[in-house]
Amino acid sequence: MKVRVAGERGLLVEVEDLATVHRLHAALRELDPPGVVELVPAYRTVLIVADPGQAEALDDLAARLPGLELPPAEAVAGETVDIPVRYDGEDLPEVAGLTGLEPEEVVRRHTAPEYTVAFLGFSPGFPYLVGLDPALQVPRRDTPRTSIPAGSVGLAGNQTGIYPTATPGGWQLIGRTEVTLFDPARDPPALLAPGTRLRFTVAA
Amino acid sequence: MIAVRKPGLLTTVQDLGRPGLAHLGVPTAGAADRRAFRLANRLVGNRPGAAALEITLAGPELELEAGGWVALTGGRVAAEVDGRPVPMDVAVRVEPGQVLRVGSMSSGLRAYLAVRGGIDVPPVLGSRSTDTLAPVGPPRLEEGTRLPVGDQADGDLYRQVAPTPAVEPEPVLRTVRGPRDDLFTDDALRTLIGVAWTVTSDSDRTGLRLDGPELDRRRQIELASEGMVEGSLQVPPDGHPILFLANHPTTGGYPVVAVVAGRDLPEAAQARPGTRLRFRFVSVAEARAAAGGAPL
Repeated sequence: MKVRVAGERGLLVEVEDLATVHRLHAALRELDPPGVVELVPAYRTVLIVADPGQAEALDDLAARLPGLELPPAEAVAGETVDIPVRYDGEDLPEVAGLTGLEPEEVVRRHTAPEYTVAFLGFSPGFPYLVGLDPALQVPRRDTPRTSIPAGSVGLAGNQTGIYPTATPGGWQLIGRTEVTLFDPARDPPALLAPGTRLRFTVAA
Repeated sequence: MIAVRKPGLLTTVQDLGRPGLAHLGVPTAGAADRRAFRLANRLVGNRPGAAALEITLAGPELELEAGGWVALTGGRVAAEVDGRPVPMDVAVRVEPGQVLRVGSMSSGLRAYLAVRGGIDVPPVLGSRSTDTLAPVGPPRLEEGTRLPVGDQADGDLYRQVAPTPAVEPEPVLRTVRGPRDDLFTDDALRTLIGVAWTVTSDSDRTGLRLDGPELDRRRQIELASEGMVEGSLQVPPDGHPILFLANHPTTGGYPVVAVVAGRDLPEAAQARPGTRLRFRFVSVAEARAAAGGAPL
């Protein structure tokens, strides 16, 4: 574990892998340290942000971090969510061409793994997923689309993801889901959370 | 009710934003210059988190149907009510049906207009802030927008002109090294604090893009995305830093070389394109000590 300074009211805690990120995130949520307003997990880090008026509280916390007891990975495993997808995306033929796979095989390989939501970022509710079959790695489109509809499921590099809201983007679109990933009127507003297990299924 | 006759260049409803939701990918957003925002609320006796209008460069024209007390702070701007000039940094009375016209800013980039009672659009995820990056919160003001006034006043009016610092022509921003300063060459770190950086025109509430020499990395490693705080100086592959403001994305995939102290973020938020900024390194303790001493 390495604790890095991120300004006068932030600590960026770097750990060895994603599983440890989720364990540390769970331990910090449980600890609920005074003055802390944000805990932001990512691939290898948890960012801790204090309220501007209580930044000194981070000094105690930084000293406690190395000795903090983390729950076992099994205890922090998230729930499993199925995302039904209609695999009729505009770029599915191109993805098939790039990977040398038949479109049906692209779909089979995309629906096979159980993915893990590493963290949410980029836009509200957008999941960074790990677990993509390496055979499905394709480059981004040369020219990003100016608007991608909400629910679009795409591929880029070693990532697959779902666009919660309509945004511009350069991912290769292979399908679309009707599931609402982010709704400010819902509690919690995001369907997924860091650590959630996710499966794509073929929509009927 | 406030009726928007002309929206100005970019006028949005802002408060102190949505802290606590970054793990869901929701930016904090809120007022870019929180010092000027807080002062505006204080002048009209509002609670600190009451929503006000953030005005960018050129102001709106607003009819206050029921009248009320208003205060204008932040970037220097001429305003008038029915031909009578409206002074800044003081509570001003507007009579029912009078029209407030806010002109173009002579210095700074963002002004704040607080109305006693606060702007009472429905809160979204605990805040009335317009998020200019993600589709959360009320839309920006347009001609015909109607803004309710709320009951978020709990103090007295401040009837004297509040002392406010002048907008610095070439601000020097206190900055704490890290979290990824170790990825940059010693030369890059010297350059960061050694030159004046020019704010480019593709800057917004998300961040200031800075033009200047390229900051070289010690080695080209791919950094996995990680969480970012407001004030982060992120360096993309082109070597030109971005200074993230209130509406920054929650995570980023490029290294953050240093973080500007919260006390100096108002200066950054007031830096219009073409402004030259400098940075100087301070310790965490100095950056925290600087955090005190807000006006009023």
